[in-house]
Amino acid sequence: MLSDVNLLGPELVLLVVGGFLLLADLFLKDRRLLMGVSVAALMGSILYSGVLLTEGHVGQQAFDGVLVVDKFAIFFQILLAAAAMVAVLVSTETLQRTPSRRGEYLALILFSTAGLQLLAGSRDLIMVFIALELTSISQYILVGFHKDRWGSEGGLKYLLTGAVASAVLLYGMAILLGLTGSTNLAEIASYIAWQGEGKEEALMLAAVFLIAGFGFKAAVAPFQMWAPDAYTGAPTPIAAYLSVASKAAAFAILIRIFFEALGDDLLAEHWKTIFAALATLSMFVGNFFALRQNNIKRMLAYSSVAQAGTLLIGLAAISADRGELLGASGILFYLAGYTVTNLAAFTVIILIANQNGGSYDIRKYAGLGKRSPWLAFVLSFALISLIGLPPTAVFFGKIYLFETAVQSGLAWLAIVGTINTVISAAYYLRPVKAMFVDSAPDEDDEQPMPRPSNSVLATMGLVTAGVLVIGLHPSLLINAAEAAVAAIFS
Amino acid sequence: MDPGFPVLSLLIFLPLLGALLIALLPGKHTPTEWLVQNAPGNAVDYPKWLALGISAGTLIIALVMFIIFDRSVSGFQFVDEFDWISAEAVGFNVKYAFGVDGLSMPLVFLTALLTVVAVLVSWRIDLRTKEYFAWLLVLETSVLGVFTSLDLIFFFLFWELELVPMFLLISIWGSGNRNYSALKFVLYTVFGSAFMLVGFLALGVAADTFDIREIRQDVLAAAFLPAPAIFAFILIAFAIKLPVVPLHTWLPDAHTDAPTAVSVMLAGVLLKMGGYGILRLLFTMMPEVGADADLALAIIGAVSIVYGAIVTIRQTDLKRLIAYSSVSHMGFVLLGVAALGTTGMSGAAMQLVTHGLITGMLFVMVGLVYDRTHTREISEMKGLMHHIPLLGIGMVFAGLAGLGLPALAGFVAEITIFLGAFASQTAPVSVALLGVLLAAAYILWALQRTFFGPRDEKWSHLPDANHWSEFTIIGALMALIVLLGVYPSIVMDLLEMGVEPIVTELEAVVSAGAGGG
Repeated sequence: MLSDVNLLGPELVLLVVGGFLLLADLFLKDRRLLMGVSVAALMGSILYSGVLLTEGHVGQQAFDGVLVVDKFAIFFQILLAAAAMVAVLVSTETLQRTPSRRGEYLALILFSTAGLQLLAGSRDLIMVFIALELTSISQYILVGFHKDRWGSEGGLKYLLTGAVASAVLLYGMAILLGLTGSTNLAEIASYIAWQGEGKEEALMLAAVFLIAGFGFKAAVAPFQMWAPDAYTGAPTPIAAYLSVASKAAAFAILIRIFFEALGDDLLAEHWKTIFAALATLSMFVGNFFALRQNNIKRMLAYSSVAQAGTLLIGLAAISADRGELLGASGILFYLAGYTVTNLAAFTVIILIANQNGGSYDIRKYAGLGKRSPWLAFVLSFALISLIGLPPTAVFFGKIYLFETAVQSGLAWLAIVGTINTVISAAYYLRPVKAMFVDSAPDEDDEQPMPRPSNSVLATMGLVTAGVLVIGLHPSLLINAAEAAVAAIFS
Repeated sequence: MDPGFPVLSLLIFLPLLGALLIALLPGKHTPTEWLVQNAPGNAVDYPKWLALGISAGTLIIALVMFIIFDRSVSGFQFVDEFDWISAEAVGFNVKYAFGVDGLSMPLVFLTALLTVVAVLVSWRIDLRTKEYFAWLLVLETSVLGVFTSLDLIFFFLFWELELVPMFLLISIWGSGNRNYSALKFVLYTVFGSAFMLVGFLALGVAADTFDIREIRQDVLAAAFLPAPAIFAFILIAFAIKLPVVPLHTWLPDAHTDAPTAVSVMLAGVLLKMGGYGILRLLFTMMPEVGADADLALAIIGAVSIVYGAIVTIRQTDLKRLIAYSSVSHMGFVLLGVAALGTTGMSGAAMQLVTHGLITGMLFVMVGLVYDRTHTREISEMKGLMHHIPLLGIGMVFAGLAGLGLPALAGFVAEITIFLGAFASQTAPVSVALLGVLLAAAYILWALQRTFFGPRDEKWSHLPDANHWSEFTIIGALMALIVLLGVYPSIVMDLLEMGVEPIVTELEAVVSAGAGGG
């Protein structure tokens, strides 16, 4: 039992350092030091995951099968820690604004990341719920961190809707437990395989509750209502973090529960349809609302709803032969590509806001191509990637996911997806147009730009390179994604 | 032909590297003393020189390839390939594969040539020249990539890549309602490519490869979509690009508001991607469906020809007039393809090449005239021939080539299409002949109203063609149009070689159908 602690390494590093940061908050105020410690902890977590991968721990279960260390979990542990690292590195400005609560902020990011990592490795519904609450509660506080009007509103909305979502999720889990007598995913699966006949309706009821609960975390329509306000109110690094990390972990657990526990053909036929419908709804709702936004954070919030819809294609795309492997690895690949791309976009937005006097209004981006050509270029590059144009990460992600749809006989879903790509081009290109085509109204009284912090600039370079590398050499990531999902379906 | 050296990759990516070089070097307003020795205080505007050098280098490579292209063997030459993505477990395999055959070689050369023309015709641009020339070169890479890709995913990649430079080129350096036109162009194309992607994926999934050379009719039985649906999906994208009536409405807007160089590229090579795609992808991979669709294609072609021509006559803006005439001329491509024979198809391919040259030249001439008159309204121009005779001669020459005057390039293509298609598609061809008549009417009428007629002193201050770049473009394009008019086989042989395999398979399909039925 005690040796199992070793397997929890990646999460424990974060929890321990997070606890230390909370205490250190009392006497340590140096921003650089605190950020350095957090980044080191996240780096340590990634390294620990790497060690687990290479030292032959893959496939081991911890604490009576509550948690598992497989390639799938490790894939997400690394992705989530990396996303958190970017969020920490771009938080310079946020931390400068709140000198007294620096440790708290960073500790919450670490706690939330640990929760998300645990979620990816959970094989037991109780563990799923605990991990989810650990991460959610940290995030509620982070969203309302600025304690201003928008922050409080966003935080409160996130908290209230999140509480409802948790309740719904618990309902679903309780029904599953009542029906199958177990909270362990493998045991649930074997119960359904042997005795599930005739209980499809009840099982599907549980599945619907679970979908609603996790759909909330992933900002899938119609459970997306919190996202725009939370994104707008939250410190921008947190909005970036929410848009990628929460989504990634929610999809990780969706894949695990639905393919591992509820993957029986008995049910799959039904939830496949639900996911296809939600994918369609999410894409249309997200894209149509994004069209009307002038605040770039709100626009990206709605666009992330649409992106969640695209990801759901992977869950709908399962078929008799090799389809489920394909759909799941498509989700992983797309998630990784989307994560770097969205982080790149948010990083530039933070830099631009620092120069624009904290404005997120797209119309204020006019003439940026002239003032800061590099920022404008990187943001355009990220937005073009988000559309899914080559040579970027999301381009191959989209093709891959759409191929899964076509392979499993859902060509219509691929068409819906591509039509939505067209719609999304209309709003993703708006900032591009503003930056390069429109000219700034008050070109004469231009303020001298404050020099952005080095950590943010370096992060921008790193994530942008990531977008390009995945776009030019996708093989590496595709193989990793396939190896990761193979762990579930073996 | 294997030169033992990835010359094709070099050709495709040289412009992209050039664009990066231009983007990374400081702009002309930055003090760069090492570059400005001869003209103190007057910085050399080197982005355009760099762009000219790079596009000329690309043209030389294309020319060398054109010359050493082995005309005795069919199939792809200069092939560069290796595996790009191989996800065997899930059957997602993408190859980096490029090659040229008789069909693509002339189009590659045309692209390289028209890019040089586009650079030269932009010689007097002074708004953000650095970005302008960089994007123009990116555009060249994307078009070359489309014409040479042997893998559907890479074809799609370059097809989409072209949107970015086009969007920016139109919306920054355009005129009039440029933002609207640029967005309309992008949305139309993305809409088409959405369907195209689904078609590609259906093909790729069924064949377990995206290699154009390997996907053939027999794998379609395994596809999730019926073959005609795949055909129709992919056709939508090409029909928008070509464009055919009624999917053409983006074209006049884009053309009217685009800067001259972009109009040249758009009419000269971008539209050709549609025709090329129909031949290279649809008829090569799905001859059976293609053979069944011949009448439909012929009718769409004939409608485009006649409707396009009628609308052209009514235009009052010179640039819009030429844009609509493109719609009419591109209808000939569909008509030639629908003939299903070597003559018709090589005529269609020839039409792609000659229309690229002729309409490219027409847009150049209109652009040069507009630079001087600052109006494109036909009603405001009169008797320009008196004031700018050299430009007038160029315009008249291009116009006559456009209406299909014998001994010029356009005639060869159109007559070949009519010869090839008349027997099998008699009714559509008869209707389309009306288009030739209308073409003569709209071109001659437009020339008459603008260049001929009494002298108008309002225009007496206009300078005639006076810059070496203008002489170079006009002279080179004229020479090529005459060359292809009197000695078409220099290109025609290649194109026939390129369509030969398609026709062979089509005949096999048709005779099997006839024997079976």
